[in-house]
Amino acid sequence: MIEFLNSIQNSLIYKNFFLVLSGLDNTILLLLISLPVGFVLALLFALGRVSKIALLSRTIASYIFVIRGTPLLVQIYLIYFGLGSVKFIRESFLWYALKEPFWCGVIALTINTVAYGAEIFRGGIQSIEKSQVESGLSLGFGKFLLLRKIILPIALRKVLPSYGNELILMVKATSLVSLTTYMEMTGIARKIMAKTFAPVEAFIAAGILYLFLNFLMVQFVKYLEWKYNPHLRLNN
Amino acid sequence: MFKFDKLVFGDAGWGDEFLIATLMTLLVSILSMGLGLFLAIITVWAKLIQNKITRFIANFYTTVIRGVPELLVIYLIFFGGNAVVMSIAKVFGYNKYIELNALTIATIAIAVISATYSSEVLRASYLTISKGQIEAARALGMNKFSIFFKVISPQVIRHALPGIGNVWQITLKDTSLISVTGLVEIMRQSRISSNVEHSPLTFLITAAILYLCLTTISSRVFKTLELNYSKGFST
Repeated sequence: MIEFLNSIQNSLIYKNFFLVLSGLDNTILLLLISLPVGFVLALLFALGRVSKIALLSRTIASYIFVIRGTPLLVQIYLIYFGLGSVKFIRESFLWYALKEPFWCGVIALTINTVAYGAEIFRGGIQSIEKSQVESGLSLGFGKFLLLRKIILPIALRKVLPSYGNELILMVKATSLVSLTTYMEMTGIARKIMAKTFAPVEAFIAAGILYLFLNFLMVQFVKYLEWKYNPHLRLNN
Repeated sequence: MFKFDKLVFGDAGWGDEFLIATLMTLLVSILSMGLGLFLAIITVWAKLIQNKITRFIANFYTTVIRGVPELLVIYLIFFGGNAVVMSIAKVFGYNKYIELNALTIATIAIAVISATYSSEVLRASYLTISKGQIEAARALGMNKFSIFFKVISPQVIRHALPGIGNVWQITLKDTSLISVTGLVEIMRQSRISSNVEHSPLTFLITAAILYLCLTTISSRVFKTLELNYSKGFST
């Protein structure tokens, strides 16, 4: 038994596991900023998309179209390599953020998740039955109160599963930021691979951590679904 | 800032290189989508037959691949694929060094990823077929093959087309990650060109526009296909 434990401790996967684990905080840092900001912006964009102001709605629609039609990698490269090559951006205050791979990653991830999130929320908002809005209006609700008490709670509850899907895609998307030399889990795994020439062990160690992160995300979404759908619980 | 003159065809610009790169992206997408659909059919079959072992393997495969970043899967297959193929060849008594070319590895890697998405789509649309139809086909004396090709697949295709269209868009965009393996597709080409010309913005925007064209055209194609397959059902 002790021999077995020793062989595990000496195995490459075990050692790599802790090396990759040291990049977990960088991965989580990316998510901690881009997910909340992305959520709020996506909601605002979705409201703009369904608003009656044609110009606003069109602009947001074309933004969503462009972001959803191009790979995230192009967006990350455009922000990291593309914007950095423009002279007046290098001389402006934006350069303080754009010279850091971390902030480029955060900006790209946020831009990306806002487009997908806005489309999801739009679906939720448009699926609300007219009678529910009308009953709110008949009670004398103002626009803001209607939004806060009727439209948003119902819409958000409806789109929780698909927004949860988007959250998981975001966890996976953080790995692309490693291509801008930012050292999160995938970046570290690649560094280990270059050092030890043992690719399988390095990437499996990283894969286990990503699976764990996504598992936590799924549980979080499940908890939210349970909390905000009291009428669907079987026994309470 | 944006150098249009670098995008002309011929030796002066990168136009023809980008055209070839676009065709390469399309080729990888089509090949891996096809292989992915084939893998997806096997996965769905493994999930639906009443066998705990195959179901466990199929569930394990889809859960793990969907829970791990695409980039990691590509790295794993790109760096680890040769070793696996060589150890399989060793079983058959072939001991020389084998190196898979970039296109093969790219196709396999993207197919493994896209199969997990396709399998969910196919499974959902298979489940919409009522059992009575299969029983009716059996009562007519049809064998398993004709049931599959004449009863099941036409309906599965019709139900699955919108979902398959989505998977196609994801697959098309995932091929951009293949650039890390050195295969010259749109993304790789734009990095090469921008390194030579010191103008990343030009070539990255070109890449973005090319991807946008590909996704827009293919969504049109899928809309036409959907209309075609839902003849007699559409309102």
